Amino acid sequence: MNLYYYASPATFYPLAGRLIPWFAALAAILTAVGLYISFFMAPTDFQQGEGYRIIFIHVPAAWMSMFIYVVMAFWSAIGLAWNTRLSFVMARSLAPTGAMFTFVALWTGAFWGKPMWGAWWVWDARLTSELILFFLYVGVMALQAAIDDPRRSDRAGALLNLVGVINVPIIYFSVKWWNTLHQGSSVSLTRAPSMAHIMLWGMLIMALAAWMYSIAVALVRARSLIIERERQTDWVRSLLEEKP
Amino acid sequence: MLSAHDLACERGDRLLFRNLGFELQSGEALMVRGGNGHGKTSLLRILCGLSTPAAGEVRWRNQPIRQAHEQFGREMAYIGHNNGIKDDLTPIENLRLAAALGGRSLDQAQATHALGQVGLARCLDIPARVLSFGQRRRVALAGLMTAGALLWILDEPLTGLDVHGVAMVEQLIRDHVVAGGLAIMTTHQALALDGVTPKTLSVGD
Amino acid sequence: MLRFLFTVIRRDIMLAARRRGDWLTAQFFFVMVVSMFPLGVGPEPSMLRTIGPGVVWVAALLASLLSLGRLFADDFRDGTLEQMLLSPYPNTLLALGKAIAHWLINGIPLLLIAPVLGIQFNLPPEALWILVLSLAIGTPILSLLGSIGAALTLGLRGGGVLVTLLILPLYVPALIFGAGAVEGVLSGTGAEAHLSLLGAFLMMSLLLAPWVSAMALKVSVE
Repeated sequence: MNLYYYASPATFYPLAGRLIPWFAALAAILTAVGLYISFFMAPTDFQQGEGYRIIFIHVPAAWMSMFIYVVMAFWSAIGLAWNTRLSFVMARSLAPTGAMFTFVALWTGAFWGKPMWGAWWVWDARLTSELILFFLYVGVMALQAAIDDPRRSDRAGALLNLVGVINVPIIYFSVKWWNTLHQGSSVSLTRAPSMAHIMLWGMLIMALAAWMYSIAVALVRARSLIIERERQTDWVRSLLEEKP
Repeated sequence: MLSAHDLACERGDRLLFRNLGFELQSGEALMVRGGNGHGKTSLLRILCGLSTPAAGEVRWRNQPIRQAHEQFGREMAYIGHNNGIKDDLTPIENLRLAAALGGRSLDQAQATHALGQVGLARCLDIPARVLSFGQRRRVALAGLMTAGALLWILDEPLTGLDVHGVAMVEQLIRDHVVAGGLAIMTTHQALALDGVTPKTLSVGD
Repeated sequence: MLRFLFTVIRRDIMLAARRRGDWLTAQFFFVMVVSMFPLGVGPEPSMLRTIGPGVVWVAALLASLLSLGRLFADDFRDGTLEQMLLSPYPNTLLALGKAIAHWLINGIPLLLIAPVLGIQFNLPPEALWILVLSLAIGTPILSLLGSIGAALTLGLRGGGVLVTLLILPLYVPALIFGAGAVEGVLSGTGAEAHLSLLGAFLMMSLLLAPWVSAMALKVSVE
């Protein structure tokens, strides 16, 4: 397989266009199945009642938020190393989705926390790291938005993204360390009671749905970025003339 | 000595130029021509290594300038739109600091001499802040003289200079090229370099 | 090479000496921010002692960010940054020199002021000593990581606020280990672990930050 062939925006654009409906459909189906499992098939938790069902959204969102940051860093590194424009486009298209999932994870975490601990927010190690991850996303997007020149914007964002990804484990470690030293004020989210299989399935299917959704949305964004950036090139011009 | 191969440059989503190439030997000057916004400054910044071209490469003594950073840094001097002098320092301090950063030593007497040559003998000890624009340009030119570089890259060296200043720059460039140096420049005015005919290069047509 | 590094540092110190007003602003900012907290939370000594280390540390982060905005901006505006990037020495050395100079100019004064502020917060002498030590290890991290942010936001509108947004999350480990060390002394669990972790973070920043900020400078001046 010739990677350079697929790395060219002119071939990527129609390919992405064909793939988007598939990913979108998969995302919709998986979400429907996942939500059905989580609301109707998963048993009521004997300790936490019905409120626990929010973890079917919370946990996949938290997974995705971290995963997307790493994927962005991967594309950023490729872009900086080989100067491939498509990699920067991918990194940039993923950022809003990642930030959205981080926000959802925080939000649902608060909803979960209220009935569980009687507080909307506890300074739990995971929630705190998630909050800082959200800040990191905001930083990358703010930097990209502040720079008009796309080339500089891509590179600056990519560098910040890489610094962030090196820092994330350190931040996580430091926050966890800080958390264990202040036992009084925290309740840990980590000690999950042994989950029923069906609950695990629900969570996995929701996570897959989140994957498909992220890919579909990122491709849509990448396509519009490509059109915007390559509007001077012949292939985009001919494309725009075909479909007025 | 200096050669450019298939250079392309983009600003935003605009392609300023592509497939641009040339070669410059010792004792030659190159005049870059083109209207405003056609990429003259962008080209010079690529040639001195501040910007990376969208395609192509620049070579100095047959080595890509990225790899020959050290040697190229010693043998090239660049004057851009900004003069590259600190307003809080006196002209002498500016020259000596620039030399130290370039890894050269420049004593008080040499710096004074260079500033005298560009007509700033009476402004040695006052902060550059109070100098006029043209005078600050002259400080930058004095820096160019003391840099001991083989290749000069000058972006609009005549901006802000009076008649004497222009004549001085012309003399400076001529002497440099006659002595075997290389010079690349952009100007909006014609330069009278008697005895030296610069090559010309048009960008962005 | 080393001479170049020293020249960069000497240059920045010389320039800072010519502009003492700018330099004093950041120091007074530090003092004022810290002094606002007792006014906000009340003068109860035991409470002040609890929040003291954190407050001093957060104020140190903000004060260093305040001065970071100008780390490269002035040199960028007058063209000296370009000239330094074109010098025959590696740009990483330039970035390192600028960060060290920033620490000498803005970090060391914080170390000297911090004990006085600590006394206002009712910290005992052994905690004051650790506060200074933690700042001594921690403030170079702030200068190093901050130089990345300063390089990335070079010449942007609203660059100062943007630096804060980019860099503050990266400061989290320094804040936790630094303030944690002082709290460790107060609670009797000791400060060694925190200080060693802070030291490790410093080593990592020292290795990576100049390199990244040199790349960021190249990206920004294009």
